[in-house]
Amino acid sequence: MKDLTGRALNIAQVRGAAYADVRIVERVTQHITVKNGQVEALEQDESLGFGVRVIVNGAWGFASSSRLEGQEIERVVSQAIAIAKASALTKIKDVNIGAPVVSKGVYETPIKVNPFTISLDEKIGLLMKADAEMRRVKGVKVARGELAFVRENKEFASTEGSAIRQEIVESGCGIAAMATDPQTGEVQVRSYPNANGRHQQARGYEFVLEQKLAESAGRIGEEAVALLSAEQCPSVDATTVILDGSQVALQVHESCGHPIELDRVLGTEAAFAGTSFLTPDKLGNFRYGSEAVNITADATIPGGLGTFGFDDEGVPAQKTDIVKNGLFVGYMTSRETAQELKLGASNGTMRADGWNRIPIIRMTNVNLLPGTWDVKEMIASTDDGIWMETNRSWSIDDRRLNFQFGTEMAWEIKGGKKTRMLKNATYTGITPQFWGSCDAVGNDAAWVVWGTPNCGKGQPPQTAHTGHGAAPARFRNVRVGVIK
Amino acid sequence: MLGPDKVKEITSQALALSKADQTEVIFSGTDSALTRFANSYIHQNVAETNTEVRVRLVYGKKIGVASCNDLSPEALKRAVDTARAIAQRQPENPEFKSLPGPQPIQKVEAFVERTAKFTPEQRAQIVNVLCKKAKEKGVVAAGAFTTLGYELAVANSLGVFAYHPGTVADINTVMTSDTGTGYASFTHPDAGQVDAAALADEAIGKALTARNPGALEPGDYTVLLEEYAAMDILDFLAYLSFSALAVQEERSFMQGKIGEKVMGDAVTLWDDGLAPDTLALPFDYEGVPRQKVTFVENGIARGVVYDTLTAQREGKTSTGHSLPAPNSAGPYAEHMFMAPGSTPKSEMIKSVERGVWVSRFWYTRVVHPTKVLITGMTRDGTFLIENGEVTRPVKNFRFTTSYLDALNNVRAISRETKLFRDDWSGAARRVPALLVDGFRFTGVTQ
Repeated sequence: MKDLTGRALNIAQVRGAAYADVRIVERVTQHITVKNGQVEALEQDESLGFGVRVIVNGAWGFASSSRLEGQEIERVVSQAIAIAKASALTKIKDVNIGAPVVSKGVYETPIKVNPFTISLDEKIGLLMKADAEMRRVKGVKVARGELAFVRENKEFASTEGSAIRQEIVESGCGIAAMATDPQTGEVQVRSYPNANGRHQQARGYEFVLEQKLAESAGRIGEEAVALLSAEQCPSVDATTVILDGSQVALQVHESCGHPIELDRVLGTEAAFAGTSFLTPDKLGNFRYGSEAVNITADATIPGGLGTFGFDDEGVPAQKTDIVKNGLFVGYMTSRETAQELKLGASNGTMRADGWNRIPIIRMTNVNLLPGTWDVKEMIASTDDGIWMETNRSWSIDDRRLNFQFGTEMAWEIKGGKKTRMLKNATYTGITPQFWGSCDAVGNDAAWVVWGTPNCGKGQPPQTAHTGHGAAPARFRNVRVGVIK
Repeated sequence: MLGPDKVKEITSQALALSKADQTEVIFSGTDSALTRFANSYIHQNVAETNTEVRVRLVYGKKIGVASCNDLSPEALKRAVDTARAIAQRQPENPEFKSLPGPQPIQKVEAFVERTAKFTPEQRAQIVNVLCKKAKEKGVVAAGAFTTLGYELAVANSLGVFAYHPGTVADINTVMTSDTGTGYASFTHPDAGQVDAAALADEAIGKALTARNPGALEPGDYTVLLEEYAAMDILDFLAYLSFSALAVQEERSFMQGKIGEKVMGDAVTLWDDGLAPDTLALPFDYEGVPRQKVTFVENGIARGVVYDTLTAQREGKTSTGHSLPAPNSAGPYAEHMFMAPGSTPKSEMIKSVERGVWVSRFWYTRVVHPTKVLITGMTRDGTFLIENGEVTRPVKNFRFTTSYLDALNNVRAISRETKLFRDDWSGAARRVPALLVDGFRFTGVTQ
C-alpha cells in the first residue's frame, strides 16, 4: 500500500499540486437480520478503493476509484487535478489549511473479541433466542433483531509527510417488537437497546453479549402490546420532561452536535444540511444552556463511534470543550475552517464515509457530561411530569433551533412516581431555551456512550457513525404533544 | 462505464463460480461527479468511479448474499465463497420458492452521451452562471451539480440477463439574501437541458422576496405546496404505504382499503419505471420487468407494489419493484407520479383568501405510520397569501399533519409537473404543485 500512496502523492506533486493526500480504505461489513423466526437478511460486503484530494491553483479537487491499479492511480490523480483547476475558475481566495500537519502512527480499536471470528451459528442463535422471546408475547405482530459489524482499515498519507494506518472495529445490535391493531390502525413499536435498528459501539463482540438481548426481549414485546391500549400522551403547553439517556443522546446530536460543525456555521452546507444558529459572534459569550449543561466533542473516549486515532486529515484525536457550565465555548473544526476563524489548529473532526468521499466536519463523540443526579432521585423529586424513552421520530430546522421529537414510550410522573404508560408522546422546543431549562443531569452510573450509526450529511450523501455519552436529564416548561 | 458485453462477461464469470442451486448476480457501475458550491464559489468538487458485484446464492431454501467492488477473479470468487458460507450456515427460509425466471424486458432510452462525458469545466461554467447572478443581485449562492452515468445488470442461473445504462444531471441551489433564502432544482437525464440562468432567477427571486419574514400564528391554513414540497408527500407514501410488505405487516393505511375511497377525487398516483418523463429503469433488482402500478385512482385505493417474496405470499406475481437482496425493506416504488390537474400554477393562489405558500419542506419524519402523520419544517421561502396574492414572507413553520388528510383536502392541482431525484435512494418522482386546505402548522421557528 505504501507504494500506491507514495506513487499517488508523487504524481500529484509533479503535476503541480500544492498539497495532496491519499486515503486507501477497505471496509468489510456484516449484517444479519432476523424477523419472526426467519433469517431475513445475511450479507457480507467488502468495499476497497482510494481517494486523492489535492489543492491546485488555490482550490480543492478530489477523485476516487475502486480500481487499485497503477494506471488507474495516475488517471485518478490527473482527474483530481483537473477538477481542482475547474474549482479555481470560481474561487474567491486561495484555500488556506494552515501549518503543516505531520502525523505518523498506528491506531487500532481496542477490542476483546473480534466479531468476525464469531460463527454465524452463534450470531444467528443469539438473535433467534431474542426473537422467540418477543414472539412469546401474545399480540406481537413482528419481532425483529439485527447485528451489524464493521471493520475498516485505512491508510492515510500526505505530501506534508503524514503516514497513518488505522483499523476501526464496530459492533452493533438491537431488537424491536411491533404490535398492531388493524381495527384502529394503531401501530406501536418498542426497541432495545436503542431505536432505529440498533445500538452500536467501537468495540468487539463483547459489546453485543453485554446488551443481553434475549433477557430484555420479553419485556420489549410486552411493552409494545401494552402501548396499543395505553392512554394517549396529553398535549400540554408547559410541563416537566425527563428523557432517558438514549433520547438525550439524540437531542445532543441534533441540537448541539450539528450546530457546532464549523462548516455549517460558515455556510458551506447551506444548500443541503443547512446552517447554524451558533454564529461566530456567539463563541465564548452565548448562553447555550443552564449551568448543569457541559458538553464536549471527544474522539478519545472508549467505545465511542467517533473514537479514532487520527481524523481523515491526519489530525490527532482530541477532546474539545463545546459547552461549559452552559456557556458556548467551542466548535468542531477542520484545518481550513479553523484558519477561517483564526482558531489555531484543527481539533480533528474531519471524517469521510469511505474511500469515495471527501472528509467533511462530522461529530466525533459529542457528550453531555454526567451530572450529579441519581436517576431514581430525579424522578422522585418530580411532582408532575412525563418520562420519555427511546426515540421514535426526530426533526429539527435547518439552523437547528426548532425541534420536535417523539418517543416510543412515555410514563406519567405524579408525586415522584411513574404512574401510567402513555403512547405517541412528542415534545417540541427551541434549542437554547430547552437546554436552558435543564435542571438535572444523571450521574456516572447512568451514563452510556450511545451510538448513532446513521448520521447523514453532505453532497454526495455521506453517512457517519457518531457517539454520544449521555445520561437521563430533566427539563422544565417543555411543550408536549401535538397529535390530534 | 464498461458496456453490456464486458458486464455480461463479469456476471457470467460470477455465475460460473457458483455451484448453488440458484444464483443471482447484480452488477452496478457508476461514474459520477459532483461540483458543490457555497458562499458563491466552488468549495468541494469530487468524482467517483465505482463498481459493485452482489451475489445471492440459494441452496434449497437457504440464502446467502455477499458483495465486493473489486472485479478481479479472486475477489469474485471470495464473494461467491462468502455467500456460500453464509447460506450454508443459516436456517431455511420456508417462504422462499425460487428466483424469478427470464421475462421480456422493454428497452428504454435513459442514457445521454453528453451527460456521461460532462467535464469539470462544463460543470464549473454552469455553477459560475449561478454564482455571477447571485453576486449581481447581492445574494449568496450555494448548491450542488451532479452528473453521472450508471449501468445496472441483473443475471441469474435461470437465464435472466437484464442490462440498462442511464445518465442523470441533477442541480440544486439555495440563494441566501440578508434575511431570506430561495431554492430551485432541476433533474434530467440530459445535462444539456440545465438552464442555469432560469434556476438562478427562480431561487434569487424567492430569496429576495423572503427578506424580513414576520411572525404568523401556527394553525390550520390553506397551503400552496410547490412541487418541491409536494414531492415529500409521494416519498412518504412510497416508504410507508404503497409496499406490499407494509400492508402484510399491517403498518400501511392501504391494508383492507383496496377499492375504497382513501383520498380526494382529484388524486391519482402511480409508479411507472418505463415512462419517458422519469429516470427510467425497465427492470428491478431481481431482473423482473417493471409494471405500471396504480396506487390511487381518482381517490380510490387500487394496489401496491410487489417483489418476488411478497408476491409469492399472496399467490401473485412480482410487479418488478424489488430492491437488491438481502432486502429487509420490501418492495419499493422508485418511479412515482402524481397526475397533474388543469390549473396553471401561476393561478393557483387566486382562490385563496388567506393561506400560506410553502416552497419546500425540510427534515420530515414519521410521527405515526398508518396515519401518515408527518412532522417537519418549511424552508427556503414561506409566504402569506391574502386575497389571492402573496403579501409578505413569514418565518418558517413546523407542521405536524397527516399527508393522507392533505390528499383528502386537495383543492387544486397544477397542470405543470416537475421531476426530482432523491439523493439517497436515487428514486424519481414527478409531481405537480398542490393547493391543500386545512394543513396544520404546529409551531414556528425563530
